[in-house]
Amino acid sequence: MGDTEPDIDGRRIATEARDRVRFEEEALALADQVYRVARRLVGTREEAEDLVQDTYGRAFRSWQSYTPGTNLRAWLLRILTNLNLDRGRKVQRTPDMQPIEEGDYYLANKMVEASGEQVLDQDRVVEKLSQDSIVNALSSLPHDFRDTVVLVDIGEFSYADAAQILDIPIGTVMSRLHRGRRLLKQELAQEAIS
Amino acid sequence: MSHTPCDACEELLQGYLDRELTESEVAQAESHLDGCDYCRRRYRFEESLRQYVQTTAVERMPVGLMEKLTQLRGGDA
Repeated sequence: MGDTEPDIDGRRIATEARDRVRFEEEALALADQVYRVARRLVGTREEAEDLVQDTYGRAFRSWQSYTPGTNLRAWLLRILTNLNLDRGRKVQRTPDMQPIEEGDYYLANKMVEASGEQVLDQDRVVEKLSQDSIVNALSSLPHDFRDTVVLVDIGEFSYADAAQILDIPIGTVMSRLHRGRRLLKQELAQEAIS
Repeated sequence: MSHTPCDACEELLQGYLDRELTESEVAQAESHLDGCDYCRRRYRFEESLRQYVQTTAVERMPVGLMEKLTQLRGGDA
């Protein structure tokens, strides 16, 4: 009788070790996707690398707070966005109202206006907007807007996941996304029509 | 040349692009796109722009980072 207890204990420890290894492998398999989002949330490659390392360090320490079967990528990104905030990125108050805010189709309309044709295809987009201009326009967005746009447009998270990651209501995700994309297009329009 | 009656569908088309609409909203968006040349062109533009932003803004993980992350593991691999 007395020797069954260490047996149960041993089995529990073995199961836990196996779960932990599995968690770590699943998390590492997502590293490239986590990095892609991180890279667009911060200014430099070095910062992104640091942020991803800190994220994995914390994730590996607190792996037991992850609920298996839930969205691990979102769980990792939540750690990452919190760490990014903790790092004391420059506090930047987002103005409640931008003075001039153009509509959703501002860029499209500007491009039609500039070319004098109704052509709005992929080639035109590629021809007019360089990779640098996209990256610069994204990084020029106020933080709150950028976080949301990057999570949804680069990370391909749903509105619900983005809301959970950023700990904001889904309606706020939608409005930040909407405004963030408009600002992005305003930025891009400057290049597209120059 | 100005075109204003589509303000309401701008909002709808965002959700449509993000695949976040309910079934009935999808039907509403699609029937609008079928009938409105102005919005259809712009929807296609938004779609291209979204894809382009996605592909151009993606930077792959630097070589060596995976190794560093692996070293952070606590479990016995």
